[in-house]
Amino acid sequence: MSNATRPVHTAPTFAQSVWLVSNREISARLRSKSFLIATGILLLLSMASVIVGSIASQNTSLTKVAVVGTAISVVEDTKAFDVVEADTVADAEALVRDGTVDAAVVPSTNAQSPLGITVIALDSAPTDVLGTLSVSPDLKILDPAEQDGFLAYLVSIGFGIIFLMSATTFGATIAQSVVEEKQTRIVEILMSTISVRALLAGKVLGNSLMAFAQIVSIGLLVSVGLAVTGQRVLLGDVGPAIVWFAVFFAFGFVLLAALYAATASMVSRQEDVGSATSPVLFLVMIPYFLVIFFNDNPFVLAIMSYVPFSAPVGMPVRIFLGQAEWWEPVLSLAILALSTMVVIVIGSRIYSNALLRMGARVSFREALHR
Amino acid sequence: MLDIRGVTKSYGARRVLTDVSFTVGDGRMTGFVGANGAGKTTTMRIILGVLSPDSGTVLIDGVPVTASDRRRFGYMPEERGLYPKMKVAEQLVYLARLHGLSPASARRNTADLLARLGLDARAGDTVESLSLGNQQRAQIAAALVHDPEFLVLDEPFSGLDPLAVEVVMTVLAGFAAQGAPVLFSSHQLDIVERLCDDLVIIADGEIRANGSREALREQHSSPRFEIRTAGDTGWIREVPGITVIDFDGDFAIFEAETDVASQDVLHRAVALGSVHTFSQQRPTLATIFKEVIA
Repeated sequence: MSNATRPVHTAPTFAQSVWLVSNREISARLRSKSFLIATGILLLLSMASVIVGSIASQNTSLTKVAVVGTAISVVEDTKAFDVVEADTVADAEALVRDGTVDAAVVPSTNAQSPLGITVIALDSAPTDVLGTLSVSPDLKILDPAEQDGFLAYLVSIGFGIIFLMSATTFGATIAQSVVEEKQTRIVEILMSTISVRALLAGKVLGNSLMAFAQIVSIGLLVSVGLAVTGQRVLLGDVGPAIVWFAVFFAFGFVLLAALYAATASMVSRQEDVGSATSPVLFLVMIPYFLVIFFNDNPFVLAIMSYVPFSAPVGMPVRIFLGQAEWWEPVLSLAILALSTMVVIVIGSRIYSNALLRMGARVSFREALHR
Repeated sequence: MLDIRGVTKSYGARRVLTDVSFTVGDGRMTGFVGANGAGKTTTMRIILGVLSPDSGTVLIDGVPVTASDRRRFGYMPEERGLYPKMKVAEQLVYLARLHGLSPASARRNTADLLARLGLDARAGDTVESLSLGNQQRAQIAAALVHDPEFLVLDEPFSGLDPLAVEVVMTVLAGFAAQGAPVLFSSHQLDIVERLCDDLVIIADGEIRANGSREALREQHSSPRFEIRTAGDTGWIREVPGITVIDFDGDFAIFEAETDVASQDVLHRAVALGSVHTFSQQRPTLATIFKEVIA
């Protein structure tokens, strides 16, 4: 047919098709109010955790003690107390009784006392006062931990939660958008227009970009927050781990996205999305729980940091704890990238076999056929 | 010209299409008629490459269709669907661009088509907010927005009110008039009868009849004639080879054993006086359909 009024149909390349599909995914997300609200909450939460952390670290006020006479020099040397001077031992005891101070330090009446002071408390031994005023033996630590245990715990959980939340939010979004196309049958028009691989790739790319943008903005927000609230020391420690986390997340999420799309394509109704994608949800939750329970177990962390599903959490935590050699994240990333490619190939096969099958759930065997 | 050659397809052990062959000519509105489950949708999906046949080919002007050729097709699947939460115009522009149109021509075509289908006032509404009839119009727009060179429409008239049917018929006829081969299926045989140039009848996955509407009618015409003359027609009974079925003064319906016998009646009638009507009774599409799939 030759008709001059017709536009020329230059078939878009694979890349152009993928780009068009991913753009639609992104604009559909940006239009969804629930997505914007959820993202806002996630950003607020991560900002809040930085601010709360900074306030908590500044509010460690000094213990108040009442001091009498010659004891004052001993107490002031430690610079660890808020000192209230009292005239007599009786006055100091009164201050302890009415709760103005936590303890009183008075000159000892016992001449044999090595320190020459007596600590008076209300109902129990004030361990922080005793600890500070005690004489300690010399201490030598053979293999000092790089990070304080509690901080390590917090950082591990932080990576775990962010990974879990982003992966499940965007994974569920991909799953829904796959089933939406299947349920509304627009998939038949799409399949008659572009290749199934281009459709899958566009979906995965669009949602991965959004997930990655979310991770990067959380990372930036936390970094800026740490810098602004003066927690620069912590930033220096966490910074490299955050960067690695973002890199691992980029690959790990593409893997999960392909899995979510493939499993979702096996059902035809939104109601069935949850049960169809639950195996993938388990894969996402495992690293979260492992990191909560085993963040102080280098052996488990080492395994986690190489298994593709948990590497995005495991490796950054190990980097933060200083347990990883320089080549380890590189090797783990290579393993992750390779398994991502394998999963994409298998996933796209399931996706293209299952897309046109309406009604009952498609079994894995049917979906992998041919 | 769109050629379907020897297409066979089975789902597992169930054979759904057997050696299906027919042609959709340039500028021909071709009606595709068959009972539910006869294989219409499967055939259309195979033409569009959504399904692949076990054997057989689909040809454009004698050359097998490639994936990039399929972007020149306009397709309306039987199972309707557009993105419910996407705006009508945006959705059409998206589909046009997936078919390879530039952003500018995608927007121009969308505006033009929505106006022709009487949907321009709803361009900015989401699809889910449209009435069923308007959703159907949007669906037709989705099949046409990229200026396809071939149209394959599965039940384009179902769910449309009579007014919308007229609008859609005009739009489709316009495409055919530009020289595009148009294949459409429908259960509404009266619409097919009015609209189609050619007809393909399928039953149990096999093509039962195939050809121009007039040729099919000719083929399935009964040897019945009706005649109305100025005078009484009682004499027809006496003509050899004629059986009168109905008779009412100047009007008669008769069956002729041969063409010669029917022509004999006409000659005698003309000799006797003026003849107002003499015609062979033409079967309706519904009659042909019943006969063919029986």
